[in-house]
Amino acid sequence: MSAPTTLLFTAHDAEVAAAQQRRSERRARAQLLLRYTALAAVAVLMLYPIVWLVGASFKSNAEIFGDAGFWPQHLDVSSYAKGWKTSTEFTFATYFLNSFLIAVPRIVVTVISCVLVAYAFARFEFWGKKLLFSIMVATMMLPHVILRIPQYLMFREFGWLDGYLPIIVPSAFATDTFFVFMLVQFLRGIPRDMEEAAMIDGCNPLQLLWHIIVPMLKPAIVSVVVFQFIWTMNDFMSPLIYLSTVEKYPVSLALKMSIGATEEVEWSSAIAISVVALLPSVAVFFAAQRHFIDSAASSGIKG
Amino acid sequence: MAQLSLHKIEKIYPNGFQAVHGIDLAVRDGEFMVFVGPSGCAKSTVLRMIAGLESISGGQLRIGNQVVNHLAAKQRGIAMVFQNYALYPHMKVRENLAFGLKLAGLPKAEINQRVADAAELLEMGHLLDRYPKQLSGGQAQRVAVGRAIVKRPEVFLFDEPLSNLDAKLRAAMRVRLTELHQSLRARGQPATVVYVTHDQTEAMTMGERICVLKDGRIQQVDTPTALYDRPANAFVAGFIGSPEMNLQPAQLVCAGDGLALQWAEVQLPLPDAKAAKLRLNAPCAVTLGLRPEHISVLPPQGGSALVAGTLRFTEHMGSEVFVHATIGGLPFTARVPADALGTLAGKARGDSQLFHLQPAALHVFDAATGVNLLL
Repeated sequence: MSAPTTLLFTAHDAEVAAAQQRRSERRARAQLLLRYTALAAVAVLMLYPIVWLVGASFKSNAEIFGDAGFWPQHLDVSSYAKGWKTSTEFTFATYFLNSFLIAVPRIVVTVISCVLVAYAFARFEFWGKKLLFSIMVATMMLPHVILRIPQYLMFREFGWLDGYLPIIVPSAFATDTFFVFMLVQFLRGIPRDMEEAAMIDGCNPLQLLWHIIVPMLKPAIVSVVVFQFIWTMNDFMSPLIYLSTVEKYPVSLALKMSIGATEEVEWSSAIAISVVALLPSVAVFFAAQRHFIDSAASSGIKG
Repeated sequence: MAQLSLHKIEKIYPNGFQAVHGIDLAVRDGEFMVFVGPSGCAKSTVLRMIAGLESISGGQLRIGNQVVNHLAAKQRGIAMVFQNYALYPHMKVRENLAFGLKLAGLPKAEINQRVADAAELLEMGHLLDRYPKQLSGGQAQRVAVGRAIVKRPEVFLFDEPLSNLDAKLRAAMRVRLTELHQSLRARGQPATVVYVTHDQTEAMTMGERICVLKDGRIQQVDTPTALYDRPANAFVAGFIGSPEMNLQPAQLVCAGDGLALQWAEVQLPLPDAKAAKLRLNAPCAVTLGLRPEHISVLPPQGGSALVAGTLRFTEHMGSEVFVHATIGGLPFTARVPADALGTLAGKARGDSQLFHLQPAALHVFDAATGVNLLL
């Protein structure tokens, strides 16, 4: 008679277990809902200024100050056209081109110089390495303003004023120490076995850098590119100090010009062109996002 | 292929720590030499010095007829297989294999030929177009070996290549590597191999000769059977063999016309042949060594001494059983065939049991230095 008893017990047991599972599933769903609601609320709060900016770019000047909501009464794209033309003789196409003429070479020299310096700090033993590294890290604490005057005087002597060289050339000497620091930290996290294997395979230090380290550093290099692009696009101070010809102005200065010192400010076109000015940075960020994720997870090291 | 010779090789780190103390060793042309020892015995350091990844503080290292102390890794004619494989993650298997050959400037046709040969030898043709992250542990291991083979080096170096694999795969790869070494020899390309491991089973099964290291010093270099039967000292005796040799403090005493070993309350007579080799005046303190298979619960062939012990527990290994017991409070292990288990039927922990010890298999080591006194 023991077999049926066991069976009965099992059936009851299963029922209890199923009920328990249903309860815990319900609880998990409720928790998930709560979590997403909280996250969504914070996200809306953070994103609202940008959403408002996009909405306002379609509004008329009067509506911008009359209505706190972000939805425009009618879609008016004329601000974009007016903002793009600017009050100067050049359109924003010129200013965007100027921004790229600064950003692209600057990114190239930054990546080359920072990777070389980081490689040296992370992988070679040389006299004074620790001292030099701490001096480099200390310069991160130095406010850039302090360097403005000596740098300005120096570049004036070189005859580089009213050109892009004062903005680009300093980056060729790995002065963006934050990037060097970031790359060094990333390199320290990569096991050295692959490099040792490559040394046995016949690599010299430069081949090692090019064939092995750079491919593995790719996610970190992509971050450098993205940050340097966004920071250069947003940089207002350096172009303001070094550039005097309007034709050479980058987007950041041109935006300031559209607010103008004279007469009434065309807020709607200034806002419209701000939205356009945001686009390259946003585009670069999303294009690079894939590489942030595709990081050292693909390493050939097991252990 | 070439022979490898180490002459008074030393390693002293900048902080003054001496890791390797003047090692002398000659690895013959085409020989499979295994370095074995516990963690921190400097076996990997020696291997890395041979590879050129670690500088040599003193002594002379020769590969073939050339002193290579100051040559870069790539000029030494070696290939190395790393513990974690160290495959280049951004290259396909084919590119991983070809990378070193490309750097050496070999013609494309030759590179392709060598890669194809290695792929065939290691049965990994279907893996050539995969990335390392798409490989299982065993496959990655084979690719790492393949990357060494395509280079046709003078010396192969293996740094614990199997320790990241699960037990079953490890046993399979062990057989495979041994076969590979033999098939390379049959092809007329004998490979000089230095293989580092901490696993004495790997050392015993794979090595043609084994170099046992401890604290940066060589303890003994010999064939697996010689190490097992005639260990140079108590350390080698305890390290080689599983379960390990029973090593116990004992007294050498006079018994009648001969000598005997006094172990706890037991007196084991020493066979005359062994006693003749001892140049000691009894009584004196020694270390007694007896392998578990020389202790049984059944009377063995030849003479034996009968000793009463107290049972602790047994470990069933399938065909045999390890019986753990104590004699006079001192623990020891016996290794008995499973069919002898009937003798132990009905016995529990703490029960008394008679054990047969074979005095003919006794080892005697110096109590202080551990040196084998019977060699």
